[in-house]
Amino acid sequence: MPAVELDVYLFVAAVLFVCGAVCMATKRNAIGVLMGVELVLNGANLNFVAFARYTALGLDGQVIALFVIVLAAAEAAVALAIALSFYNNHLTIDVDRGNELHG
Amino acid sequence: MDLETYQSTLARLLTTAWLLPLCGFVIEIFAGWWSNRRSKAAAYLAVFCIATGFVCSLTALLYWGEKTEWAAFAGHAAGHGEAGAEHAAGAHDGAHANAAHHAAAGAAAHATPAYPLAVSGTHYVLVQFGRLRVAIDYYIDSLTLAMFTMVTLIASLIHVFAIGYMGDELTDDHEDHEVHTSHGHLHRPGRYYRFFAYLSLFSFSMLGLVLAGNVFLVFVFWELVGICSYFLIGFYTERRSACLAANKAFIMNRVGDFGFLIGLMILWTWFGTFQFAERTEDGQTTPGLFQMLRTPEGEILRLNTQSGQRVVLVDSHGDPLLDPTTREPKTVPYLLLVAAGMGIFAGCIGKSAQFPLQTWLPDAMEGPTPVSALVHSATMVAAGVYLTGRFYPMFMPEVLLAIAYVGCITLFLAATIAVVATDIKRVLAYSTISQLGYMMLGLGVGAWGAGLFHLITHAFFKSLMFLCSGAVIYGCHHVQEMPRMGGLRRKMPITAYTMLVGVIAICGLAIPWPTVFGEKIAFSGYHSKDAIVAAALTFAQLNPKHILLFLLPLVGAGITAFYMFRLWFYTFAGTPRDEHVYEHAHEAPAVMWIPLVVLSLFAAFCAVGGEEGPLFKLLLNSEPAGVAAGRESAVPGGISIPGHAAVAANHVAAGVDALIVAGLGAFLAYVFYGVRWLNPAEVKNQFAGLHRFLIEKWRFDELYDVMFTRPVHIIARWCTWIDRTVFDGLLHAAARLALDVARWDRKFDEGVVDGLVNKVGDLTFATGRSFRVIQTGRLRQYVMFIVVGVIVIGVAGILFVTQLRAG
Repeated sequence: MPAVELDVYLFVAAVLFVCGAVCMATKRNAIGVLMGVELVLNGANLNFVAFARYTALGLDGQVIALFVIVLAAAEAAVALAIALSFYNNHLTIDVDRGNELHG
Repeated sequence: MDLETYQSTLARLLTTAWLLPLCGFVIEIFAGWWSNRRSKAAAYLAVFCIATGFVCSLTALLYWGEKTEWAAFAGHAAGHGEAGAEHAAGAHDGAHANAAHHAAAGAAAHATPAYPLAVSGTHYVLVQFGRLRVAIDYYIDSLTLAMFTMVTLIASLIHVFAIGYMGDELTDDHEDHEVHTSHGHLHRPGRYYRFFAYLSLFSFSMLGLVLAGNVFLVFVFWELVGICSYFLIGFYTERRSACLAANKAFIMNRVGDFGFLIGLMILWTWFGTFQFAERTEDGQTTPGLFQMLRTPEGEILRLNTQSGQRVVLVDSHGDPLLDPTTREPKTVPYLLLVAAGMGIFAGCIGKSAQFPLQTWLPDAMEGPTPVSALVHSATMVAAGVYLTGRFYPMFMPEVLLAIAYVGCITLFLAATIAVVATDIKRVLAYSTISQLGYMMLGLGVGAWGAGLFHLITHAFFKSLMFLCSGAVIYGCHHVQEMPRMGGLRRKMPITAYTMLVGVIAICGLAIPWPTVFGEKIAFSGYHSKDAIVAAALTFAQLNPKHILLFLLPLVGAGITAFYMFRLWFYTFAGTPRDEHVYEHAHEAPAVMWIPLVVLSLFAAFCAVGGEEGPLFKLLLNSEPAGVAAGRESAVPGGISIPGHAAVAANHVAAGVDALIVAGLGAFLAYVFYGVRWLNPAEVKNQFAGLHRFLIEKWRFDELYDVMFTRPVHIIARWCTWIDRTVFDGLLHAAARLALDVARWDRKFDEGVVDGLVNKVGDLTFATGRSFRVIQTGRLRQYVMFIVVGVIVIGVAGILFVTQLRAG
């Protein structure tokens, strides 16, 4: 089986990343924004894993990817709590309604 | 022989008499404040204190006489001389005794008494700064004892009299008819207790002055007497006249005291001690002031040097004192001694109201009458004469002459004013000044004993007359003008006849013969005034230049008789001039007339025996050495001072002269005011100018007004002008300058410094405001910014790296 070239990985990762970023920037639903965040993180993970091949041990990137997954889990927990709290205060999870910190 | 007991007994008795009134004062002033205004307790306490003081003084006098075996009264009027103070050792407590025992000239006519006639010692040393020693010393001799007994006796009687006289103060609501306010007369709480507290303090001060054993202490009590008289003269403090009189008395006395202070400084600088008597401490003997100046025989050792005449200081044996370092005899410039004597006499002039400081005393009549009695007899004015007597050894012949002339001028001046005065108290006030002039004259012409003799007799009859006038004023409901009185002897016989005793005593009227029990029929004033006139006559014979010193007192005796009888006839004889006053007049209550009777007995008989009598001999006992012998002037034209023998030779002649003149004066008064053969009003019109001049008191008040008061006012106005224009102008200019600088500084501060800071602030604020729009608070926008930012940074980074590569 011919080896998949690095630029394919990078392409897929880039697509994922851009999808995530667009999702974050366009979704008004807080859950949607969180989903975008997951996409962005996983795009980055794919990069790490792909680049791991070129390091001495071939493990560094994979370890960092694991860290990022754990981080993402923690982030999701906190973010969901924020979303709940947000709902308690605004009776909605539309992030555009939470603009009290405007200048 | 128990010298210590003798000394401490005398000291304790007199100290008790001295301090009791002080305790009384303290209790009265505090307790009076707390108790009610209708209580007589303060009066009883004051009387108790002073009367106990009198008992103590009398006991001391008797004890002293008994211990010294009445040596002072033993007959040795001639050849009287005081030997040098023999030091009696043996006292361990710092106290010591001076034996001033008598040695009859030539022969030892009598044994030396075992106990000294004069004792001195120290109660308490206040401070000791090197040579300067300030201590509470006492000095007790026959003069001290006589003064103590006289002062406490008279003060006691005056206190008793005041119980009645001050009765209208025993209220919570006293109405002062002399003070007018916008709501009618002034109403104030009565000040009964305060009056008695002041009287007690006054007695304390005077007794302290007499007991004091050094000049410093004398000065302290001197000032205390002054302040007490200030309190009492200004007792009716709401009356403007009383305030002014009190101020006048106080300020006039300050003028004299200035001289006193100068005298004190000279004494301290050249003698190094304030002590009267010799003092032994730690085996070292410091001679007293008077011992240093004169030998035991009373001689002054003069020394002529290139720098002028000097006086050699001697110790109690008459040997020159040596300076411890140079072994040269200590000397004092003669001129400085004259200056010191003049200075101390200036103090006496102020206190005894002598010319030219006599004007305060008549104004002092503003005080209540018992105060006038006390001030004029036993305390204030007596202090000056007493001190002149005490300091007699200090006075050089020139000073004595000045004293004689001052006394002579005063007695004549005051007597003439008294002739025209119509206020009953003012007549007595001028009479006091005049009599004090006699005392000063007596001291000045060398009749030491006669001067102080007159002081004591005068104290009795003058306090009597003042209390009588007080009884008259009380009985007439505070009418003091004699033209509104008349015929009062029918309403107040006791007052009238006790007053007559005083009048006869002061005039010196007597019946020289026949004698009763070997005595002339004469009251006290005759003896004492005679002694002075005799001494003045002898002095005038010895120094013919100074004949005025005899003529003026002689004329003065006549004027005295005239104005005193004028007062008596005016007040008590004839027909009532003011029916209203006469109707309401009444005799004083017993508490007031009993002191009058007692005093009249003393005024009549205290000098019994004259110059052979006990009082004179008692006083003579303290006479400074050398007075008895007299002093011939060494240079022709100098001042000779007569001795006792010379005066005694002239006694009869002078006595007859004085008696004739006094009789003439009394007769004239009878002609004018008794039987009214002559009308005083016509005489007054005849000599209208002279009368005016006398009514205006020789224009002394006006003269002092022109000489001192007005120049001071002019200078003050000048100073005010300079102050207002120059100094105030400078100050104002400086203030204005400071204000301008401050204003400019404020502009700079507000414009430049604050402006700069504000600019920075504004800039920061504007920047912040402009950034504010970015902070929208929209989550999605932030994400977009991040993304765009990342892309921009990424593109920029790639471009940068490729550039580097290419470069």
